[in-house]
Amino acid sequence: MRELSLHILDIAENGITAGANCIHISVDEARSRNVLTLKIQDNGRGMPADKLEKLKDPFVTSRTTRRVGLGLPLLAAAAERCEGNIDVKTTPGIGTDVRATFAYNHIDRAPIGDMASTITTLILGNPNVDFVYTHIIDGNEFILDTRELKEGPADLSLSDPMVIYHLTQRIRESLSQLATNQS
Amino acid sequence: MAKLTVDDLKKIKEQTSKATSLRHGAANVKITVHMGTCGIAAGAREVMNALMEEMAEADRQDIRVVTSGCMGMCSSEPNVTVERQDAEPIVYQHMDSNRMRQVFKRHVLLGEVQTDFALAKM
Repeated sequence: MRELSLHILDIAENGITAGANCIHISVDEARSRNVLTLKIQDNGRGMPADKLEKLKDPFVTSRTTRRVGLGLPLLAAAAERCEGNIDVKTTPGIGTDVRATFAYNHIDRAPIGDMASTITTLILGNPNVDFVYTHIIDGNEFILDTRELKEGPADLSLSDPMVIYHLTQRIRESLSQLATNQS
Repeated sequence: MAKLTVDDLKKIKEQTSKATSLRHGAANVKITVHMGTCGIAAGAREVMNALMEEMAEADRQDIRVVTSGCMGMCSSEPNVTVERQDAEPIVYQHMDSNRMRQVFKRHVLLGEVQTDFALAKM
């Protein structure tokens, strides 16, 4: 994967496939501490313990369409080559938490990439799933919670392509503000 | 702390120059972008971006876009399935943003199947 935001899209889609109706995504860029933390938490059906043990083995997967599963192994490899690691907690019936850390300035760390597209792709493609997206850069936060946004008037539907298009631009602007806002 | 609120969403709506009238009803066309690990790595998100732009331009309320997981045909990703009402679903293969725009303009809006990119009828 060329961007970390694509890993996030991938892991979040896994959560949706596991039956989640709410996904929490958080990106924490602690540039001063040189740590980048990604978190994807879902309330899907979770994984049994034997699957969790073999998480990094690409030939172990719960899918039925083919015999290899590369999502988590790819993320684990991306984190580990940047002096980071991956931590997965899962409870059958409750959900799965995936947490990956990276050395922020590691030469092998892929760029975070287009988070705005990742988030709006998830929102548009999964109208029945809620997303809570938190992006922190050196302590400054940006939050988007579709549960709140859906409380707005009915003509502000998040499945309206026009709204999605402008939402993408809006997230991009907010993130670039966050990145330049040194406090 | 910056937070995107309903008010922001209202402003977003005001920015849209076209008056979008609400047309509820059954979706006439369903477009599925397959987003497994394979699809995402092959560029499915860029395909989705192009699709979102085309959708915003066309401003049609009867077209539904959904994402799904891998179909098992990873070597032909990114795959996109177009289902028009009363017609067979068509799976397109090796999509990119230009192909997506062409499929949207010709197949989704006009009903002309783009056989050059088609992988299969389902």
